[in-house]
Parts: sequence; structure tokens; C-alpha cells
Amino acid sequence: MTTASINWFRFASPASFFPLAGRLIPWFATSAAILAAVALWLGFAVAPTDATQGEAYRIIFIHVPAAWMSMFIYLVMAFWCAMSLTLNTRLAAMMAQALAPTGALFTFLALWTGALWGKPTWGTYWAWDARMTSELILLFLYFGYMALRHAIDDPRRADRASAVLALVGAVNVPIIYFSVKWWNTLHQGATVSLTTAPKMAAVMLTGMLVMAFAAWFYSIAMALMRVRAIILEREKHTNWVADAARQRAQ
Amino acid sequence: MSLGDFLSMGGYGFYVWGSYLMTGLALAVEIIAVRSRLKAAREQSGDATR
Repeated sequence: MTTASINWFRFASPASFFPLAGRLIPWFATSAAILAAVALWLGFAVAPTDATQGEAYRIIFIHVPAAWMSMFIYLVMAFWCAMSLTLNTRLAAMMAQALAPTGALFTFLALWTGALWGKPTWGTYWAWDARMTSELILLFLYFGYMALRHAIDDPRRADRASAVLALVGAVNVPIIYFSVKWWNTLHQGATVSLTTAPKMAAVMLTGMLVMAFAAWFYSIAMALMRVRAIILEREKHTNWVADAARQRAQ
Repeated sequence: MSLGDFLSMGGYGFYVWGSYLMTGLALAVEIIAVRSRLKAAREQSGDATR
């Protein structure tokens, strides 16, 4: 038996994480593209017409994955914010910073596709019910996080202030998730749950889950690309960036 | 099923394609924005790293 000799903490340094991220991006991006193609094929060519909703239900293949990602990315962002506050590592704050725009994008898409699904099924694009309102608050939390970072010039101070905001806002995520249980909402209850049998046909569920994985890999690829840009932006005056530039020039 | 049937989505074409088109558009904008940010950061740091 061999013991792993990789020192994983090495990758907590931006200088060594930068090339690692660069090597990982093509794998995640390619996986995301393939999975999205499979999910679209399942969603439009294989899955049958829904008995009650007709073809309108096909919005589910992006609405549910987008809504999941909007909440999940926020939790991952809050995790990196907590790491950044407690361990005071630069890379943790950069990861949080890199995730926020992608999280905001999926929150917007969850709201947009939800509105376009709500109109034909409920007769309205929007209602101030608990699920939709708390998801809208999530969008404002992402915007608030990014605006606060932007407003503070000193990056380390921006790290700390925005991390506190992100952690306080994390309380909104369980509110979104459980809103359909806690309140009588126009939005329907959970479609997929770990405790009960799925309320949808297997092929529809499969298409949705494959799309969720596509969204997951897409988010990782985007966050890694963005964190590489952030690393260069914030570390451009350091020796390792200069050394790398010199090696490249030779 | 003809192309016209597929595009009409049983009368729900506006809602279904409105969702998928916005998703595609939003992802395309993000990909372009991130790539250009990385490119700008590379040029700023002296085209340092791969």
C-alpha cells in the first residue's frame, strides 16, 4: 500500500492553485457540455408530454436545476466566506468572490423560468408568495455581496465585510428551501425529496438530474476561470506572477 | 412530429423557448465576460501564465 504524498494544503496558495485550476477547467467545461446535450435530448426527444401541463412542463429541465444551483452556490460561497474569516486565507475569499456572479445568474434564471412557467400553469408571472419572495431576496443578497466588495478598495477589508454579509444572508437559504412547507404558497411543494418517492416519471426525473449535474460542472468551470482572473488581478505585484511572466518570455 | 409542431410546443412555445433562450443567452454572456476578464488580467500581469 502506498500512502498519498500530496500535500493538499499546498493548493491553498493562489500561486499553486492557479495552474491546477487551469488544468481542471477543460474537464469540467467538457463534462458540462456533454451532460447538457444529453439532458436536452432526454428533455425534448425522450420525455413524453405531461398529462396535465402539456408541453409547458419542459421548463422544469432548467427551472429546477437553476433553482437548486442558486441555493447551493450560495451555501458554497458562505462556506468559503467562513473559511476566509476563520483561517484568514486569501484563496478562500477569492473562491467566494468567484462564485457570486454565477450564483446570481442561476438565481435570475430560476426567477425568469419560474415566471414563464407560472403564467401558463397558474395564470400569473409573479406572486409575492414565500418561495418566490425569498428567491428574489437571494438575488438581492448576491447583488449586495458583489456591490459591497466593489465599494471597498482594500481587498482584505472587502473580504471580511462581504464575508460577514454573505454569512448573515445564508439564513435565507433554508427559508427558500422550506418555504413551501412552512407557508401556504402558490408555488408547489418539493418535486424531488430524499424521503418520499419521486412524484414524476423516471425519464423526466433523469433528464432533470442530468441537467443539474451539467449546471454543477458548468458552475465549477466558471468559478475556476473567474478565480484565475481574480488571482492575477490581486497578485499581479507578487514575485510568482513576475517569475511566471519571465519564464514565459524566455 | 414536424418542426413547426416542435417549435409551437403545443401552444406553449413562447414560455418554453423564452425560458431556454434566456438561459442560453445568460450563459453565453457569462462565458464571454469571464473569458475577457481573464484575458485582461493576463495582459495586465504581463501575459504571465497559461
